[in-house]
Order: sequence, then structure tokens, then C-alpha cells
Amino acid sequence: MDSISEQRTADRMAVAPARAEPVVSVHGLVKRYGSHEAVAGIDFDVRRGEIFAFLGPNGAGKTTTVEILEGFRPRTEGEVSVLGQDPATAGGDWRDRVGVVLQESEPEPGLSVRECLALYAGFYRAPRDIDETIALVGLTGKADTLGTRLSGGQRRRLDFAIALVGDPELIFLDEPTTGFDPSARRAAWEVIAGLRQLGKTIFLTTHYMDEAEYLADRITVLSAGRVVADGTPRTLGGRDQMSSVISFTLPEHVKPGDLPAGLSPLAEPGQGGLTVLHSESPLIHLQTLGDWALGRGFDLPDLDVHRPSLEGVYLSLTDPVTAKG
Amino acid sequence: MITMTSHLFRYELRAFLRNRQSQFFTLALPVMFLVIFASLFGGRGHTTAVPGGQISTSVYYVPGIIALGVISACFGNLVASVTAQRERGVLKRRRATPVPAGAIIAGRVLTAVVVALFMTAVLLGIGWAAYGAHIPGRTALALVATVVIGAACFCCLGYALTSVIHDEDAALPATQALLLPLYFISGVFVATSILPHWLAGVGEVFPVRHLASALLTAYNPHTAGLGFSGQDLLILAAWGIAGLLIALRRFSWLPLGR
Repeated sequence: MDSISEQRTADRMAVAPARAEPVVSVHGLVKRYGSHEAVAGIDFDVRRGEIFAFLGPNGAGKTTTVEILEGFRPRTEGEVSVLGQDPATAGGDWRDRVGVVLQESEPEPGLSVRECLALYAGFYRAPRDIDETIALVGLTGKADTLGTRLSGGQRRRLDFAIALVGDPELIFLDEPTTGFDPSARRAAWEVIAGLRQLGKTIFLTTHYMDEAEYLADRITVLSAGRVVADGTPRTLGGRDQMSSVISFTLPEHVKPGDLPAGLSPLAEPGQGGLTVLHSESPLIHLQTLGDWALGRGFDLPDLDVHRPSLEGVYLSLTDPVTAKG
Repeated sequence: MITMTSHLFRYELRAFLRNRQSQFFTLALPVMFLVIFASLFGGRGHTTAVPGGQISTSVYYVPGIIALGVISACFGNLVASVTAQRERGVLKRRRATPVPAGAIIAGRVLTAVVVALFMTAVLLGIGWAAYGAHIPGRTALALVATVVIGAACFCCLGYALTSVIHDEDAALPATQALLLPLYFISGVFVATSILPHWLAGVGEVFPVRHLASALLTAYNPHTAGLGFSGQDLLILAAWGIAGLLIALRRFSWLPLGR
């Protein structure tokens, strides 16, 4: 065996178990403040190279959990491993591999964008190129502007650049687009999606369902300190098993009771005179509906078919009245 | 650690020099105070009693205002900037990187000490050029050492104070409210020889008086020997250690006000 293939085998042996290990692994995590249980025993894993979205209403324990994973807060109980180490005791070598975009942080006062990145790059063993990092977040035209003179969206991009400059494997993004206008959010999503292509693992906390749906490979929903659901954006909370909603307006002379026998039991009155069908086999029911309407000589011009939205699923999961968890 | 400290120092100093509040309170105000007090109470024939004899009142203000410059750089400015950095999430974000905590603090303290030494040189230069004050030779080492010990003491006290201020807007008023009365009763704005005994006694408790007194000893041309004021420096060190203990127990990297 020559030395190169020997080296490759050794690399593979070193890398393979690391790949199989989750990047973040949480078991039975509890955080109490006095008698208040902010996090009440949660479990989840984050795999290498994925965007993991952590959702939940305010006060659900999201930020507490993230701060425990980032090493800012001690936990009360449970096991936590981030990049194979306990964040409560991990040192500089571990922080060298982790990037953090905090929920609220202002630019370094008195430093330009480039100076700020040069400051942070100096903290890491093998930092990225500064100008390239500035370009990655789209701040090239602002490189010599003081951080404190940037707009809100530009400041957030500077935060991203700071989190990236150390070339980390794992990046925590705590509500990265809160307060953005729609176009700035779209631009931030492109940056985050670009990070996944660089092979980074991303732990994303957010309030926005469209953000989670656009970016996340997997979602875990937290409510009142407990995990109430996890899955992909498509399957979360049994979303893929839920019935579709078919809605339309019938002509004035036709009543919902006139619908064919297979459809009328499913029909309910909806808002604004709509008729709504909850259907578990939408294609069959649409064909029946179409044949019936066309046979009677009218169309259904406002016909709409949709799946339950991620937002709807999320709200039912986290609503304290309807939630089962 | 040393590389990281000097790396942080370069950027801290740059940020300090670009900040209008620090330009005014730390660089301009001590010069203004020296000119105002030396002009108000100094002038031809006005002298002040010091250990070993009399010196011109304008010259008397040089070490006193050096004390003010050191305290302004190491206490007033440090409390305001560290509180702001903490409340704005800057310290927390730095803490999320591999930089050692000690380097962050050492870089900030080094900035304060360098600014304090620079202000000492500026005030000595103005005193020499405008008021015929001398530049100490035999006691130069004691003067530099006293500035450094005083600077370290007030940095520790600054970190202690910042740990109990929860709002960055309160930092500057809090330091000024503490310092202004102490400047009056510690021989900085007026000589302690003209204060009532009880008021001078109150001043004796606090470190401002002992820094001013140690600097006067190191600066006074009538001082015999090397100019080290052992008792004042020990009291300063005791205050510094007390501040350090509070800072070590209470200092927070995370914002306190929200």
C-alpha cells in the first residue's frame, strides 16, 4: 500500500465515526430558574451539514436552550454534546469551530466593517479571507464604513460575516431576520442557503414559518419548555397525512346539498359564501366535482386546492388550548 | 494570550480615539481643567504649601490633574465603554469566539494604561511650557510607577462598578457623581491644606486622595529620595484588590439590562 492510499484510509477511519455522530446531541435537557422550569426535559439531534430549525413561541425556552448549546449558560440536568464536547466546559479549541449570530448584538463601536472582521479574524486559528467574507455577505461596497453607520439589514450581514470569519463547522443563528423587510429577508436566506452549500451545519432559531419552510431540512418545535413536534417541513405534525382543503363558490341556484353523494357529506360552509371540502383523496374528489359541475353546465372559477400551511400546523401545535403536548 | 492582548489593544485604542465622548472626557477635559485651575488660582506669587516647602500654585495643579487624567482614562471612560460593550452584546459576541476572557480584559486595561501614560506626558508638557513646572528626573521612576499602579487600581474599580450598572446610559453619570465630589475633597481641584479637617478626613478614605497624594510626592521638587509614597500606594493597592474581588465575583459578559 502506498503512502497516499494509506493516508486516505487513515483519514476515512478518522472521519467516518465523526460523520455518524450528530453535531449537536441533547438528551433530557432541563433548565430551572428557581421553581420555574424554562426547559422541561428535551431531546433532539442535529446532523452534520443540515439546516436545523428550532421553532417556538416567545418564552418557549428556545433562547435558553441555544445559550446552553453555545456555552453561555449552565444547565440544570441532562446531557448536551456539541461537536463532541460539553459546551459548559469546552474551551478555545471548541469555540474555534463554532460561529454565533446572536439575537441582539450591535457592531463594534468605532471600527469599520473591514477592521471589525480583522479584529475577529485575529481570534481564530485559521480564519477565512476577510475581503472574501465581506463579499460573501454582500458588504463589499461598505467595507470602509463604520459598523455603527450601517442600516439594520447591513448590520445583520456584518453579524453573519463575523460568525463566518473563523470558518466554523457549526453556526448558530438566533432569529437572524427579525425586523427585516421582505427583500432583506430574502437576501439573508440566500446567504444562509449558501452556507449549507459550504458544508456548514446550521442551527436556526426563528419565528417565521416561511423562513423555516424555505431553509430547514428538519424542524423541532418547542412549546412551554417541551418538544411538541419534529420532522421535515413537509411532515411536521403529520402535515403530509392531513386532508387537503378544496374550496369553491357554487352558482346561486345550486345548494351544497346538490353535490354528488360522495362529496356532500364532506362539504362545509366557508367564509364569504365559499363551500369547503376536507379531502383525503383530493384527485378523486376533484374529478367527481369537475364531472358534476361540467355536466350541469357551469364552471367553478375560484376553485382552490391547498395543503394545510406550515404556519397552521405550527399554530395548532403551540396553541396552549389545542396542543396535546 | 500576549499576542491576543496586543491584537485587541490595537483595535480598542483605535475605537477609543474615534469616540467623541472619550475624546472630550478623557483627552480634552483634563487639559481644560489644568488650564482653568492654574489660571484661576495660580499666577505670579501664588504658592501652595506642600511637604518640604512651597510650590507655585499653577505647578501644584500638574500632579493633581494628572490624577484626574489617570482616573478619567481608567475609571470614567472604562466604565462607560465596558458597560456599553456589554449591554450592546459586543462582549457576549467576543466571548463566543476562541479569544481568552483574560485577553479581552487585558486588552482593554492596556488601552486605559497607555492613555493614562500619554495624558501624564501631555499634562507634564503643558505644565512645563506654560507654567514653568519642572520635569522630574530623580523621581521620574516613582512618577511612572505611581501612574501605572493608580491606573491598574482604577481599572479594577472600574470593572467592579460596571458589574453593578445595568444601563449603559447610567454609566457616565454614575462615574461623574462619584468622582466630582472626590476631586474637590482629595486635593485635585483645591489643595487639601485649605479644606476643613473633617472634609479632608473624608477624602482620606477614598483612593482619589491617595493617587493625588502619591503623584504629588513623586512630583514635588522638595521630595527627598526616590519619591515613592509607600503608604498611599498600599492603600491604592488595597482598593484595587477589593475592586478586583468584586469584579471577579460579579462581572458579566451578557447584557444585564434586558
